[in-house]
Amino acid sequence: MIGGLDFSVVRDNLSYFFIGRYPKGPLGGVGLTLYLAVVSLALSFIGGLILGLLSVSRNRLLRYGSMAAIQTIRGMPLLMVIFWMFFLLPAMLGGGMTASWTIIVALTLFTSAYMSEIVRAGITGIPKGQMEAAISTGLSHGQAMIHIILPQALRNMIPSFVNQFVSMIKDTSLAFIVGVSELTQIATQINNRTMLYPTEIFIFIAVIYFIICFAFTELSRWLERRLAYRKAI
Amino acid sequence: MIRFEGVHKWFDKLHVLNNINLHVRSGEVVVVCGPSGSGKSTLIRTINDLEPINEGKLLVDGKDLSDKKTDINKMRAEIGFVFQQFNLYPHLTVLRNITLATMKIRNLSRKDAEEQAMTLLKRVGLPEKRDAYPSQLSGGQQQRVAIARGLAMKPKIMLFDEPTSALDPEMIGEVLQVMKDLALSGMTMIVVSHEMGFAREVSHRIIFMDFGTILEEAPPEEFFKNPQHDRAKQFLKQILSPMH
Repeated sequence: MIGGLDFSVVRDNLSYFFIGRYPKGPLGGVGLTLYLAVVSLALSFIGGLILGLLSVSRNRLLRYGSMAAIQTIRGMPLLMVIFWMFFLLPAMLGGGMTASWTIIVALTLFTSAYMSEIVRAGITGIPKGQMEAAISTGLSHGQAMIHIILPQALRNMIPSFVNQFVSMIKDTSLAFIVGVSELTQIATQINNRTMLYPTEIFIFIAVIYFIICFAFTELSRWLERRLAYRKAI
Repeated sequence: MIRFEGVHKWFDKLHVLNNINLHVRSGEVVVVCGPSGSGKSTLIRTINDLEPINEGKLLVDGKDLSDKKTDINKMRAEIGFVFQQFNLYPHLTVLRNITLATMKIRNLSRKDAEEQAMTLLKRVGLPEKRDAYPSQLSGGQQQRVAIARGLAMKPKIMLFDEPTSALDPEMIGEVLQVMKDLALSGMTMIVVSHEMGFAREVSHRIIFMDFGTILEEAPPEEFFKNPQHDRAKQFLKQILSPMH
């Protein structure tokens, strides 16, 4: 008992909170939350990079096309994107899509759109002289992008990337709406079953979300320090 | 080597280059001067197509820059360009700054590229800085590395866009010395600069520009002793004794 709260409900369901019915059943809880986050994170990093590069492309069609896609997605609430994917993807693919992958696709689309803006800003933030110097030595536009612009831009983007990812980790909780048994869904389940301890349960998962996000932010700080090139003496 | 024939360029409505006709021979050192906004930077930036021209003809090493068949990347590899703001790559060491293009474009092995880079670093007097990052160098040192980077491609032409304008006064000399050695080695050079000492001592020809046109074109001794155009006279007066 802590201040009238009874956390035994958490203790009794600890493994259910962390891994769901795994290994007898499917992975759930914190494990599934991390799985959703890490896979969507990797995919939206790639997606954001591609969309971002397209949005600074010199080809007008590619540029306007990608910008239209980005603006469309950014203009929608995430929940809407999830519903769209939930009802649209099975119809398009003829079923066979798990709810987890629906969420991964929705999160990837949504986060890619935001990431692409970070990428675009990062690239346009590198002084024009860098591209000019690179192409003046005979490098093609693409080579200059790969060897000169992106390495500098990506370093500058790290803090914004992390921001986006932390917010995405929290967004995985929306997966509960389509019945994916990640942490929030598990908490709701346990709460519905026991009925008596909503405060304890939701304090507990809040702490878990905080720890995951905090760890991630610290990791990125470390990365940022390691990648920082030497500043002026 | 470089031939402008009736070249025009506009930035929107601004006529930055107005009927430029100029021929620079192989091995010639030409200094371009003139008040700011006169089009001199734009002039040399057209030579490696950083600024495409709108009208007229520009031939570099016999190739027409406006011709769609001309491989611009290949052309640029033959032309070294030194910027006012150095534009070294801050995330790479001095050595990698120099070897990047030679490895990617000239397909040199890392060992050969580094050997060549060290020869150039010795030539500009900075062999001990090979592993430093640009931010650890002074402005003068950065500009000398930038010159080495340009020379690494073994260019036929070197272009300098106000190479000493961003430098503290005590660093100008070291950069000019490197440029002077380069000029004496027979390199074809076009230098946009207000360093009249350099122009007088090293250049074969001085070009004075204003309002996007070449107003005067003369060997240095003639230009300094007896400028023809009023604008040139006024410019020289201001630049040689700025207090008046």
